[in-house]
Amino acid sequence: MTVAGLKDATAIVGIGQTAFAKRLPEDEKTLACRAVLAALDDAGIAPGEVDGLASYTMEETDEVELAKAVGFGDLTFFSKVPYGGGGSCATVAHLAGAIASGQASVGVAWRSRKRGSGPRPWTNTTVQLPTPAQWTRPFGLLRPADEIAMLARRYMHEYGATRDHLFNVALACRNRANQNPAAVMYERPLTREMYMTSRWISEPLCLFDNCLETDGALACVLVSKERARDCAKKPVYVHSVAQGLPAQHHGMVNYWNDDPLTGPAWTAARQLWKHADFTADDVDVAQIYDAFTALVPLSLEGYGFCGRGEGGAFTEQGALEIGGRLPLNTSGGGLSEAYVHGFNLINEGVKQLRGTSTAQVPGAATCLVTAGEGVPTSALLLRS
Amino acid sequence: MLTPVTDTDGAPFWEYAAQGELRVQACADCGELRFPPRPCCPHCQSFAAEWRLTSGRGRVWSYVVPHPPLLPDYAAQAPYNVVMVELEETPRIRLVGNLVSRAGASLDSLDPERVRIGARVRVVFPEGGLPQWVLA
Repeated sequence: MTVAGLKDATAIVGIGQTAFAKRLPEDEKTLACRAVLAALDDAGIAPGEVDGLASYTMEETDEVELAKAVGFGDLTFFSKVPYGGGGSCATVAHLAGAIASGQASVGVAWRSRKRGSGPRPWTNTTVQLPTPAQWTRPFGLLRPADEIAMLARRYMHEYGATRDHLFNVALACRNRANQNPAAVMYERPLTREMYMTSRWISEPLCLFDNCLETDGALACVLVSKERARDCAKKPVYVHSVAQGLPAQHHGMVNYWNDDPLTGPAWTAARQLWKHADFTADDVDVAQIYDAFTALVPLSLEGYGFCGRGEGGAFTEQGALEIGGRLPLNTSGGGLSEAYVHGFNLINEGVKQLRGTSTAQVPGAATCLVTAGEGVPTSALLLRS
Repeated sequence: MLTPVTDTDGAPFWEYAAQGELRVQACADCGELRFPPRPCCPHCQSFAAEWRLTSGRGRVWSYVVPHPPLLPDYAAQAPYNVVMVELEETPRIRLVGNLVSRAGASLDSLDPERVRIGARVRVVFPEGGLPQWVLA
């Protein structure tokens, strides 16, 4: 079977989530169980029918614990994708491949995190330092924000992108969160003045260029297109999938190849579009991984919505707002709904194509969802 | 402050730095420079490597100015700069470091306003410390 054979062969038929908050009382395993059961209930599928699982690293709830707790059947497929937030969309990709090739029939992907009340991974230097981080951490390049700010500064210098462009990204996400009662930033508007006068985290990135710190969990359920027709909800088809790890790439500190500003998005995009029936021009709505605002212009270029160096300018004139050229992160994204390592972007893509988003794009029939840029990444094209 | 936890591939870099030399790993067969160090050459797949002395000169490719929350030793010096320097002889080889007022000075010893992309810099080696960069 070729990768093209995955085209529309599977569908997401269930989505579930917990509440999102800075602090939730339940532990990660319990939150994971709640999200998974909610997704199965949404699909109208019993837990005992699940035989495929996919997750990504930095997930504390492992397969056996989840399977025991919620009562899955015998599992015949399970995978875990590396590189943290770069793996979100790959979970769905792996399940789609497993189901299309007969390795499983009902697949579940999930993410549970206590990032709001839990520890910061970057502070664990005993884990971080005996890695290539030895070349960066001792010099005070300590956090993901610092690593991405380094690319952002160069990007702004090379192409004339401005803080106003980054603000456009933050604002679009916040405006959508203001429409979403489940969002952490619901009823908390953002102004340009708030943005421009906020404290620095790592210059040139300020507070509002950084994602939220959130507790919460999400899950989704995949089945074949044939089975999807019999499920309770309108199927959302997995049209094309891709992973991307460019030649000579080096984690989030992608500084050591010929062209650090063409990151994993470019590699994933080539694979994604190769097997799709439509192009970037035909995408109705996009959920682009936004751990930091600066990742969005890079991704807009990588996935082909504009040319090299044009990502900043693309955000002008309301392009990312509802009614604009490419409505962005319509649940509020990682910047303003919840930062759950990008899984909320997948579920929001499904809501858009079901027509049930709190910031619905009228008639949305195609959606791009992406995973973390800067790290080895993944992406999905969904269609109704 | 954090110190590098070296591995087999990277140890020579730090050993040469302790002797006041900025050396970069190169393929002993095809001559291609590579950084960070690794077991074999991605161009010709040779496992033979050597450590080539650089001019110690470069330009600032990009920089950031971190502010807290940071690890305590770093928060005490924030805001400070972290620069990425591309080497004069091979721009593709870029090194993360700090631009300081003189060898051995603290991370915050140079006003961040004086850091510019494209600025010419040269490496200096403080006694017993990590390599640093000063404006050339």
